[in-house]
Amino acid sequence: MIRFARLLDRLSFEPRRSAKLALMREHFIETPDPERGLALAALTGGLSFRHAKPAMLRALVAERVDPHLFALSYDFVGDLSETIALIWPNGEGGDASPPALQEVVARLETARRGEVPALIAGWLDTLDETGRWALLKLVTGGLRVGVSARLAKTAVAGLGSLQPDDIEEVWHGLDPPYETLFAWALGTGERPRSDDPVPFRPPMLAHPAEDRDLDDFAPAEFAAEWKWDGIRVQAAAGYDGSGALRRRLYSRTGEDLSAAFPDLVAALDVEAVIDGELLVVIDGEVRSFNTLQQRLNRKSVTAKLMASHPAAIRAYDLLSLDGEDLRDLPFRDRRARLEDFVARLASPRIDLSPLVEVAGLEELAQARNAPETLHAGADAQAIEGLMLKRWASSYVPGRPKGQWFKWKRDPHRIDAVLMYAQRGHGKRSSFYSDYTFGVWREAGEAGEELVPVGKAYFGFTDEELAEIDRFVRQNTVNRFGPVREVRHDTEVGLVLEIAFEGLNRSTRHKSGVAMRFPRVARLRFDKPPAEADRIETLEALLPADERAPASLRKTRAG
Amino acid sequence: MTLGADLLTLTDEGLYCPQGGFHIDPTRPVERALITHGHADHARAGHGAVLASDETLKIMAVRYGEGFTGMRQRADAGETLDINGVLVSFHPAGHVLGSMQIRLERGATRVVVSGDYKRQADPTCAPFEPVACDVFITEATFGLPVFRHPEARDEIAKLLASLQTFAGRTHLVGAYALGKAQRVIAELRAAGYDRTIYLHGALEKLCRLYEAEGVDLGPLETVGRRSKELAGEVVLCPPGQLADRWARRFGDPVTAIASGWVRVRARARQRGAELPLVISDHADWDDLRATIKETGAGEVWVTHGAEEALVHWCRGEGLAARPLNLIGYGDDGEAELDAGAAIPDGVPAGETTERETMAGKAAGG
Ligand SMILES: [Zn+2]
Ligand SMILES: [Zn+2]
Repeated sequence: MIRFARLLDRLSFEPRRSAKLALMREHFIETPDPERGLALAALTGGLSFRHAKPAMLRALVAERVDPHLFALSYDFVGDLSETIALIWPNGEGGDASPPALQEVVARLETARRGEVPALIAGWLDTLDETGRWALLKLVTGGLRVGVSARLAKTAVAGLGSLQPDDIEEVWHGLDPPYETLFAWALGTGERPRSDDPVPFRPPMLAHPAEDRDLDDFAPAEFAAEWKWDGIRVQAAAGYDGSGALRRRLYSRTGEDLSAAFPDLVAALDVEAVIDGELLVVIDGEVRSFNTLQQRLNRKSVTAKLMASHPAAIRAYDLLSLDGEDLRDLPFRDRRARLEDFVARLASPRIDLSPLVEVAGLEELAQARNAPETLHAGADAQAIEGLMLKRWASSYVPGRPKGQWFKWKRDPHRIDAVLMYAQRGHGKRSSFYSDYTFGVWREAGEAGEELVPVGKAYFGFTDEELAEIDRFVRQNTVNRFGPVREVRHDTEVGLVLEIAFEGLNRSTRHKSGVAMRFPRVARLRFDKPPAEADRIETLEALLPADERAPASLRKTRAG
Repeated sequence: MTLGADLLTLTDEGLYCPQGGFHIDPTRPVERALITHGHADHARAGHGAVLASDETLKIMAVRYGEGFTGMRQRADAGETLDINGVLVSFHPAGHVLGSMQIRLERGATRVVVSGDYKRQADPTCAPFEPVACDVFITEATFGLPVFRHPEARDEIAKLLASLQTFAGRTHLVGAYALGKAQRVIAELRAAGYDRTIYLHGALEKLCRLYEAEGVDLGPLETVGRRSKELAGEVVLCPPGQLADRWARRFGDPVTAIASGWVRVRARARQRGAELPLVISDHADWDDLRATIKETGAGEVWVTHGAEEALVHWCRGEGLAARPLNLIGYGDDGEAELDAGAAIPDGVPAGETTERETMAGKAAGG
């Protein structure tokens, strides 16, 4: 627990991806099994004990600390777990030694609800400030140290000569404490025999299309599809050793969504791996992203919700069929297999994302902004724009250059990261409802930084407001009067999809641009902040005569 | 009227002893000043006469030049002076080199003004000496129970571990020029680190003064024109330089900050600490309370920081206590640096119209 606490402590302050990787690698090398594997499980969200609630922690600390002093301290520190970690009396544990991570995990997994407070209090008594902070992070279920599951797996891969995607491919067949995985990564063991018939296959991603990408666009070389306003998923089904068909629904980051979508999982009754868009479809019509969102972020789902919000997949690629890996085939061939497959499947829950058959760029540009004039019909409002995929492209994980483009329709939308939130007025005075958001830009030696590009205070529903407010309170790093700065780094942050009507150059603003009519189009809790947009995306939207020469931009950024 | 009010009153310049005709740590130039220690918020230039420890006088001369005061008088620890019928003596405070508490006695009343102090061991200055009194005027920079400083050697161990993990990167440590920098160096030496330690120019004079006063700091050199060749070395600079252009010369340094404030994560992040070193020259919550009890004082005036919590605790212990809102202190690098902080400039407001209408609609819908 002490080593793990030290690791979390260092990670929480370290902004550099490479340094985070170094810290994790060092930990994995120096820490024996099973402690390192449990640390990996904690970092990848793979521990499954019941989490402690803030109310319980408050009650624990109230037994030991003067409430007025606690209140003053909490007000100063701003974070409940941290306040408790710092204020907890020292030296109450006598000679008892601090628990190993293994003990904490094992006891919490088997403890009955009533036993948890005494367990936690006992451990807090034996730990120091940093240890208590780490323990409380662990038991409340939110490490928030700026490490994604992907980054932790990348660190494991870096122990030897594996690639992160090698880890992804065996990951879902493994369980904590991952002893065979570490042995493989360190070169002392074989590749873990994956009994998992449905591993996650890292997805191929598209580049945002900017005007210059399309300057020498050859329509004959590209397939055009609608870009649907849903969630990218991978639906996989395969036979395990005993001949049973196992099925799983993954998010594009490899998160297992199966439990939230049993209705959809049940529809996957053929051995295949589909890449497609998760949507809510009612009476054959795609519903808004907001409707879909009500089914996300859930560990389980009620029959009622499944009936009122039926989920479907609009398939656009086929990665594997009947045990045959299709990823090396060109998109043209995969598409043909996909069309055939979907037709044979004849499932109301899995349909085909249609191709947009137009002759030239001009028509594509029109289709992008007016999908309803083409064959999209009633679903047009669920279209975000176009996907352009090179017919010859094989399915390559990551974001290979020049293969796939996403070409969004107007209004302009960008994915920005929430940086600051300010309390509203009147009815909203208890909510953080005014948001300053930023996009990435290069920052010289420091790598990438977010630069604020706008403020938005509407566009969201009351429910979404409550969700953002919760996020703000749980991720505050600074307070300036009514303003809170929230975590906004590559790993942790809230991505807001911002819609806006246009953009102008502005000398008043650090970013050099000012948005017209920005509003929060939707919340992207599903999107890692590192994948939010970059300032270049915005600059490309500037009217041609307002684009500063590149040299000028550089000076400003420096 | 409280007990101590016979001896000390609060003026615009700070604490004043009418009978003795002197101020203690005045924030503006006065005729006669008694100075607890050399930090800029306590020791200002331009007084008519200054009474302070020998080291404090030397520190002031280094900082302000020899003409920092009209007249100067040296106060030796434990020696009693009679100033217009007030018995005055200086006693080590353990804060920085030459730091003193000031004890005043007149009639049956004994008052001790703590100045800044700490109880942790510090190889660079004389340890705090508890002085019995009736009224104790204590600082409370870290007067909240969340502040319990760890052992400095454990924090130094973190720095040494990082030097191993990130051996190719300069470790840039932000430390205040008077006291903290020398303590960090001395603790590094105590931990066996014997490589040359590099200094930002602003730290050099005071390090040399410490050495002249007999504090061994090992091999030191100023950074000068060096830059990337200091990869893997320890470089000390004032905290304000960490985010300055000057720091860019080191490429991709590990940014450490030695301060009690970095115990709180949000504050550490706000200051850009990647390696927070919780090393403070002020008493922490436990030591503040222990010291108050040790003095035997029945009355406590709390100043210089988080007064409310400590006053609350004193009252719970049956002690008369009051906050003393001295203004102008807390500028010694451990003070609140974020007082004037604000949201970064240049945040575009968006060119929206009908804000109230739209906001109301969103909230209602
Ligand atoms: Zn001081
Ligand atoms: Zn001070």
